[in-house]
Amino acid sequence: MSAGRFYASELRLVLLRRRNLLLLAVTAVFPLIIGIALRLAAPRPEGGDGGTGLAFFNQLAGNGVFLTFIALSTLLVLVLPVVVAVVAGDSVAGEAGYGTLRYLLAVPAGRTRLLAVKYGVIVTFALCATFIVSAVALAAGAALFPVGPVTLLSGTTVSLAAGLLRLLFVTLYVTAAMAALGAIGLAISTLTEHAIGAIATLMILVVTSEVIDNVPQLHAAGPYLPTHWWLSFDSLLRVPVDTSTLLRGLLSFAVYAVLFGSFAWARFTSADVTS
Amino acid sequence: MTAISTSGLTKRFRGGQLAVDHIDLAVPLGSVYGFLGPNGSGKTTTIRMLLGLAYPTSGTASLLGVPMPDGATTVLHRVGSLVEGPAFYPFLAGADNLARYDAADRTADPATARARITEALDRVGLLAAAKKRYRHYSLGMKQRLAIAAGLLRPRELIILDEPTNGLDPQGTREVRALIRQIAADGTTVFVSSHLLAEVEQICTHVGVMRTGKLVFQGSLPELRRTGASRVSVQTADPEAAAKVLTGLGLADAQATEASDVQADDAQAGASAILGDASPEQVCAELVQAGIGVRGFAVVSPSLEDLFVGLTGEGFDVSG
Repeated sequence: MSAGRFYASELRLVLLRRRNLLLLAVTAVFPLIIGIALRLAAPRPEGGDGGTGLAFFNQLAGNGVFLTFIALSTLLVLVLPVVVAVVAGDSVAGEAGYGTLRYLLAVPAGRTRLLAVKYGVIVTFALCATFIVSAVALAAGAALFPVGPVTLLSGTTVSLAAGLLRLLFVTLYVTAAMAALGAIGLAISTLTEHAIGAIATLMILVVTSEVIDNVPQLHAAGPYLPTHWWLSFDSLLRVPVDTSTLLRGLLSFAVYAVLFGSFAWARFTSADVTS
Repeated sequence: MTAISTSGLTKRFRGGQLAVDHIDLAVPLGSVYGFLGPNGSGKTTTIRMLLGLAYPTSGTASLLGVPMPDGATTVLHRVGSLVEGPAFYPFLAGADNLARYDAADRTADPATARARITEALDRVGLLAAAKKRYRHYSLGMKQRLAIAAGLLRPRELIILDEPTNGLDPQGTREVRALIRQIAADGTTVFVSSHLLAEVEQICTHVGVMRTGKLVFQGSLPELRRTGASRVSVQTADPEAAAKVLTGLGLADAQATEASDVQADDAQAGASAILGDASPEQVCAELVQAGIGVRGFAVVSPSLEDLFVGLTGEGFDVSG
């Protein structure tokens, strides 16, 4: 009956933590910095330099909407994973560290219910962070660059509204990627009572995965890495949409979420709480 | 129905250490049960199993007739608890901390939450500090907030693990008064302690743990009865007196020379376990045997002596 109340309490706890608010603020500042830097360095529209080699960057000068894609792909490397890792790694380990975990279970919150609420809030926080990036980048992009019909990566031009709809899907795709990462973080978090340890472990995992993904000799492992499909959201920016890549990405996220979610559940419902 | 009952409850840690060894607790409804034992004797591990935080290696436990840990979500809201010290979010105020725990309780009525939190804080005397961050609470305030969390709802059973740990005498008195008050409302109280003095004044029943085993369980009068009364004779001739006592068939006759004690001649004497003998008879026999009796007494052991006897030398009676 009052699972909503527990969820709301958990969300308040996470969102009102000064540390987490700071993280969200930092997340919001990055697209601004990127936008301003690119505005200052941008080749004149008539110059047509395009030497950066990155598809998004070439489009930016013509349309501010592309700042969102640039910001998301840049922040996906490290900033967004850190934001999610902090909240996910802290989720159970933090409670264990404070000792509040034993009292929550004695309330009784219910072990499965507690885990579900924790994961729900991790996903909500990831959603907030991702949408903040998109929203700030969109606003900054509109302020710094011209805005109009969106020319996609495949060369097709769609209306601004259609472009924004694609931006919404891109943001949701990135949220799904971060939700999968959050499940891994939740699982790690059930193994320790040191939140910092859980957060660091998750970040090492992310960086390791990204490094392996960039070693040509380990190419075969790529599709199975947790970070491999994160940037595949550019599939949404083509006509026709590259659905097979997109679905493989979403499948990868779902598999990781289910796998590590199950692990977290199995561990958390069977382990003694000794903190 | 009992408030708490366990049967063969056992916990072996992964390292192989036997923390709790086949204990059979029976805590009557309405009792104030003192769960005594030295630090490390398995009290907290037992409480963790009772609350479903730790899983038993073997044996069963039930709270208010509901088996644990399977019934955790159906019975624990009727049980208030304080386990191994208070634990709250340091960045939240006292009242917000209670609201957090209340929100986690699916059976708690959100409409009455504010009133219940205020009442619980009032009961432990923390109403004035309701808006203060937990971080800034004193040790005694933290302890009382933990008890307040246990009182957020009407409870049938309160489990308190070392509720006065780290408190000054004033704080200890306050907590003791609170426990009395809770018990007076008809709530069963299960309170663990390594201090005899702490529970002696408030408990109706005691259970005594020693290295994972429950070595005694019963009411306080029952515990007193387990102690053997001794006859003690003051005399200038302890050896002879001890011989007479042995001759009368009394066990464990001991002579105490004046030099053994603080060089006080009046303390010299002999003592033995009285057993079934009548003290009048013993005294008469002593006199008849020509012992100069200066003083004669039947001494019951203090509770403290009994505890030391049950728990061994390691028992920290003085605190």
